[in-house]
Amino acid sequence: MSWTLLLALGGASYALKAVGPVFAGGRELGPGVRRTLDLVAVPLLAALILVQTLGNGHRLVLDARVAALGVAAVLVWRRAPFLLVVLAAAGTAALLRALG
Amino acid sequence: MARTYNYPRGMPTTVEKTSSRTLSGAAGIGIAVGVYGVSFGVLAVAAGLSPAQACVMSMLVFTGASQFAFIGVLAGGGGALAAIGPAVVLALRNAAYGLSLLPILPGRLRDRAIVAQLVIDESTAMARAQDDPRAAWRAFLATGLSVWLCWNAGTLAGALLGGGLGDPRSLGLDAMFPAAFLALLAPQLRRPGAPVAAVAGAMIAIAVLPFAPAGVPVIAALAGVVPGVLVARGAKAGSAKA
Repeated sequence: MSWTLLLALGGASYALKAVGPVFAGGRELGPGVRRTLDLVAVPLLAALILVQTLGNGHRLVLDARVAALGVAAVLVWRRAPFLLVVLAAAGTAALLRALG
Repeated sequence: MARTYNYPRGMPTTVEKTSSRTLSGAAGIGIAVGVYGVSFGVLAVAAGLSPAQACVMSMLVFTGASQFAFIGVLAGGGGALAAIGPAVVLALRNAAYGLSLLPILPGRLRDRAIVAQLVIDESTAMARAQDDPRAAWRAFLATGLSVWLCWNAGTLAGALLGGGLGDPRSLGLDAMFPAAFLALLAPQLRRPGAPVAAVAGAMIAIAVLPFAPAGVPVIAALAGVVPGVLVARGAKAGSAKA
């Protein structure tokens, strides 16, 4: 693994994060832009949830992660603490894989 | 009577409650991310990175999905150049997050340049879940710092542990990611248009997943913002008429 590539990835990663805070800073945002930015994280988070629950390379699979997400959903709905939600999901998946 | 009238109603207790809840939320997210950081350290070393490289990567790149995509390609036999593509594509969403955080970040350019490194899924989601800009800034900073510290501590521990931890899958660690994102998404679904944006984004990602390179489905899901904004605009027009 080359250090140069690793540092390049670090630089690219920071540059992307800094696009808003550093390069677009201080500009007034119109209501339409603000409404859009308000929603930007929502479809990405929803996509991350599904891709990381069902995705296996380029295939969609139903495995222990689906049950884990179901347990997490119930706990989120019951307003359980964050840590309990993620630990219960891990525990569910671990248990199902140990059994199956 | 006049004095109670002038007193900001319930302000001190509200602020205290918000910040203690924010801090415990930030700590909880940090711990969860730290546990996942351990598995990142283990997998990174297994994929051929030295422990030092794994740690520097977590400090500088500091965006979990990108890092996992990177070492995933390496572990699958791809070269480092091939591994950078998906990692950068996955990090694209941080640019959108950074833009969405603009209204709550500090005014000084130097301060914004420093905290930009903390722009990630968790800190953005925690900030977006708050009601006012000051609480959002505190939530962003607390969560960003907590996650940075725990992610790097976890990476170090995992890199040193090496293969001793066992298979991260048998521990269910991979199932922690979607659960964490669900907990972060839930409070945001109350915004007008958000449920539509979420469903659209999820459907786009699933539709694209079978043929798009790793990382692209999540970026494509960004288009889910469009129907969300249309619904939000419609809801606003409707309430203005009523």
